[in-house]
Amino acid sequence: MRISVEGLACRRGERLLFRDLSFSLASGEALVVTGRNGAGKSSLIAMLAGRLAPAAGAIRAEGIGEATLAEVTNHVGHKEGLKAALTAEENLAFAGAMLGRPRLSPREALARVGLARAADLPAGYLSAGQRRRVALARLFVSRRPLWLLDEPTSALDAASQVRLAEVMQGHLAEGGLIIAATHAPLGLEGTKTLSIDAHVPSVDLPGGAEGERA
Amino acid sequence: MTRAFLALVLRDLRLAARVGGSGAMGLVFFLMLVAVVPFALGPDLNLLARIGPALLWFSAVLATLIGLDRLFQTDVEDGAIDLILSSDTPLEVLVAAKGVAHWLTTGLPLALLAPLFGLLLALTPGAMLAVAATLVVGTPALTFIGAVGAALTASLGRGGLLLAILVMPLMVPTLIFGVSAANAATGGTIAFLTPFLILAALSLVAIVIGIFAAAAALRQSA
Repeated sequence: MRISVEGLACRRGERLLFRDLSFSLASGEALVVTGRNGAGKSSLIAMLAGRLAPAAGAIRAEGIGEATLAEVTNHVGHKEGLKAALTAEENLAFAGAMLGRPRLSPREALARVGLARAADLPAGYLSAGQRRRVALARLFVSRRPLWLLDEPTSALDAASQVRLAEVMQGHLAEGGLIIAATHAPLGLEGTKTLSIDAHVPSVDLPGGAEGERA
Repeated sequence: MTRAFLALVLRDLRLAARVGGSGAMGLVFFLMLVAVVPFALGPDLNLLARIGPALLWFSAVLATLIGLDRLFQTDVEDGAIDLILSSDTPLEVLVAAKGVAHWLTTGLPLALLAPLFGLLLALTPGAMLAVAATLVVGTPALTFIGAVGAALTASLGRGGLLLAILVMPLMVPTLIFGVSAANAATGGTIAFLTPFLILAALSLVAIVIGIFAAAAALRQSA
């Protein structure tokens, strides 16, 4: 599949976050989106996930048949989407039922992120890093080609970050696509990068009073 | 599609049953309202028996309202709504699943326990049955009308009051025909079936319109 984005602009309320943003991404490629806080990285991810309408421009996807972009997307945002009262396994089983296209069982997915022993613990008992890993395990319960990741490495320890880089590399090798918004380097080879700061309107450059309002 | 529907119903039933869930909240509220009325009105059994069906219905409406604001709000707060919205199952089916789970944990228990609570209001056995039957048929309307308001206020921090203002007027027809059917069963000039069938029709219409309206509202607000 292939995603092409042309002349995308984002407006939140009165404020224009970015404009004229274009890129294209094909199977097996990864895009790292960088930018200062409040530049619109999460808004871009939300637009790609179909949760936010662009103020201008277009997002096109080829090679996904009749599905919408949201239906081929596995999105792990900064909200983990975990229910504290449900166990890690129940949370993943629910995610799998919602996302469809089953791949690994919830327990196997948890083993992939090194949390096999936590499968029967309520998500509310887990630490921030463990919760993030359960959320990332969602990537394995469904066979969706586009991974949209918002700050995937936040709260992860060094070993987990290495493991995440490995599974992302594996996903690309299988012909998947990854778009990640992050400050930290992901440790992936041959990624494209996109800096949102370059597309922020000039009145809104870092250092201005507006720039600090997120 | 069936798998996603069942998974969502099952998840919401589990959440209602576990610690911190709101499963019994509506019921307890219902019991409190019904239990306090005889103290306020005094021990006039004839009066209680006459207004009993109306009181049970009124309490059921309020008890339904009290948990509704959390119907979609919890999913928006913790991000689970992203999963629901990016599912390849139509959102309408998933909204229906949320409504079914809510009715199973709120409306149905209210209807089943209404005869028991009717004892507190000195209802006759016939009246108890009539109230229970009208509640079984009428509470789906309350749930799905409420779901529209819940979807509209899902992303507001404290949407409870706004939700009540939005949906209460829409619940009035259900209340009117529910009470009149319950009263018709215990005497009066009209046949029980007339208002009862209108109540059933109101429920069916509310389910259909509620599902589509709540899904549309959720796409905008969440």
